[in-house]
Amino acid sequence: MKSIKLLFALALVSAFPAQAKLSVFACEPEWGSLLQELAGDAIEVNVATTAMQDVHQIEARPSLIARMRRADLLVCTGAELEVGWLPQLVRQSGNSKVTSGDGAFLAASQVETLDKPGTVDRAQGDVHPQGNPHVHLDPHRVLTIANALSARLAQLDAANAATYTARLADFTTRWNAAIVRWEAKAAPLKGRHLVVHHISWVYLEHWLGLDEIGTLEPKPGVPPTSSHLSELIATTKAQAPLAILSAAYQDEKPGRWLSERTGVPALVLPFTVGGDDESKDLFGLFDSTIDKLLGAQK
Amino acid sequence: MRSRIAPLLLLAAATGAAAADVRPAVPDTAALESRITALEAQAEAMRKQTAEVLAALAAARDEIAQLKAAPVAAAPAPAPAPPPADTSSGSSGNAFNPAISVVLDGQFAHHSLDTDAYARSGFPLVGEGEPSQQGLAIGESEVSFAANVDDKFYGQLSLAAESEDGEDSVGIEEAYIDTTALPAGWSVRAGRFFSNIGYLNSHHTHTDKFPDRPLAYQAFLGNQYGDDGVQVRWVAPTDTYLEFSGEALRGNAFPAEGASHDGVGAYTLAAHAGGDVGDESSWLAGISLLDADVRDGEDGFSGDEQLWIADFTWKWAPGGNTKDGGIQVRSEYFHESRDGAFVDPEGVLEPATWDGSREGLYVEGVYRINRQWETGYRYDKLSAGDDTPLASGFDPYRHGVMLTWLNSEFSLLRLLLSYDRPNDSDTDRSLTLQYQVSFGAHGAHKF
Repeated sequence: MKSIKLLFALALVSAFPAQAKLSVFACEPEWGSLLQELAGDAIEVNVATTAMQDVHQIEARPSLIARMRRADLLVCTGAELEVGWLPQLVRQSGNSKVTSGDGAFLAASQVETLDKPGTVDRAQGDVHPQGNPHVHLDPHRVLTIANALSARLAQLDAANAATYTARLADFTTRWNAAIVRWEAKAAPLKGRHLVVHHISWVYLEHWLGLDEIGTLEPKPGVPPTSSHLSELIATTKAQAPLAILSAAYQDEKPGRWLSERTGVPALVLPFTVGGDDESKDLFGLFDSTIDKLLGAQK
Repeated sequence: MRSRIAPLLLLAAATGAAAADVRPAVPDTAALESRITALEAQAEAMRKQTAEVLAALAAARDEIAQLKAAPVAAAPAPAPAPPPADTSSGSSGNAFNPAISVVLDGQFAHHSLDTDAYARSGFPLVGEGEPSQQGLAIGESEVSFAANVDDKFYGQLSLAAESEDGEDSVGIEEAYIDTTALPAGWSVRAGRFFSNIGYLNSHHTHTDKFPDRPLAYQAFLGNQYGDDGVQVRWVAPTDTYLEFSGEALRGNAFPAEGASHDGVGAYTLAAHAGGDVGDESSWLAGISLLDADVRDGEDGFSGDEQLWIADFTWKWAPGGNTKDGGIQVRSEYFHESRDGAFVDPEGVLEPATWDGSREGLYVEGVYRINRQWETGYRYDKLSAGDDTPLASGFDPYRHGVMLTWLNSEFSLLRLLLSYDRPNDSDTDRSLTLQYQVSFGAHGAHKF
């Protein structure tokens, strides 16, 4: 009799494993990693993109619609970063949970964004009226986002609220310790100049006191042109930046081209989790980013 | 008389008042001295204020510096910032309400065959399914408004401006509402919309890779089938994308004409499946059926029509970055069965029964060279069989080669060279140069 009951219970458990867990759709790997820190196995996370993809330019693929269909919560950057595909995914999935409100968590809406344009004119390239969306490269902002996200998880999944609270406390301790370590380590970088591929590094520069002197893209989202690169040679030579930065998903050629003509090292940074071997999680991402920047110093 | 005097009196009174104002400005040393003293006192007060502000500023700076210097670990975890209006799903529709987007399209076309003499074997020209106009013309330029109406509805209105034979017209392309709050993957659309059959049909033409639609779309759907009706859609909660939809439509646009059955003259069913193969490839396939009771169709047909469409799309891109390179292959196959009668709208042919089937197919491949260039090839074929009243024994076909330069996501120039055999005796060699730009809200495109 007992064994029958047990079997029945087992069958029940195995029949509804998905329902038991909160299903979360993360637009970018950094939020997937943050969710892992904050919830561990308590939730099921689907990460829509990889570090090798340009998240400005994702297609609303059928597989992503299928994943969105099953989500209880979407965690994305927002500030129009995913404007070309996320609204389409949400609408096509027919999933009313994530259309708005509690089921939609946008990281950039939790923090203050930088570089909000006074006027929005596409002659200036792909500018975002809500400011630069690449907020995840400032660990202080990440912590603010973590707090809000943890609260959201607890709100949607009250049964695991204690787990989320405990994991947030643990994450906060480790993260704050890491920030101290990173800031100490990166102190020599302060005031150094950078040439960047795209304006993806604004928050990192702001955090570490780095100074951006030029971009390989003539305008945000417009691919580098040879005439624009030629113009950059003089600036780059004159201001002797630390490095020419590009993200793992970006074309390395324009950066290398400028590097060969100026002697400034071209540096590929992971940009997000999974962007290089060291960036297995958010901690690894910042470790690797700072190590690589320090490595560029002569 | 009175009306003239009144303003004069007013004027006089006003001048008097002004004169009274001027009088105290006459120099008076005592008064001046007292004013100077007052001004000096004011200046002193302002100096003090400035000093205070500067001191406060310096204090604030010191505080910030101290905060920065203090070990961060010791600082309490920052309280979650008050979430500033967590807007829905990052849509630019929040920047403008409603989201307004504009597509401008225009082209130059040169046809070796007189476009007025163009005739397609077995397929009368219907709807907007004729070849592009000779010379310069605007294409389908459209304005679209979209917004979440409230927590339960989304609405969209698209107006298209067209110019045909010197006549300008603005038509309602789509005007519909969608539900956004139905549970379990269900959604309902009502209004005028492009039917969910096939692949290209539900896509606006400005998302196409070629300046004109495939011949099968031109011949079987009059370019694109949009009608007034209701659509129910369900997405299955599966790993593989599975979408089912059914529509009841008025039956007022080709091929379902005449709005039969008191204005519910056409039905559709469609099933689509899709997924990824690794990180670099993805696919979408579907099967659709349009069933219509046609009355006095543009091509002379009345009776029962069933149109089956099978569609298949494959996209491959290195690293999954479709904007920077990759290949996209698509094909759709059309099979139409008609059972009814034919009455020639031109009155040339004898009335006849129309009981038979016609077919159509296209295959297109597009190679994205890099973010700025793409090129493609398309093959079209139609067959009217040998048992329909218009059958001629010749199957029209067409080859097309395309090259596109994309300046940004929002503008492109496109060249199409095509070789078209619409009937046994004619050949149309054409060149089309198209521009297309879009501005306003950043639209999100379907796969």
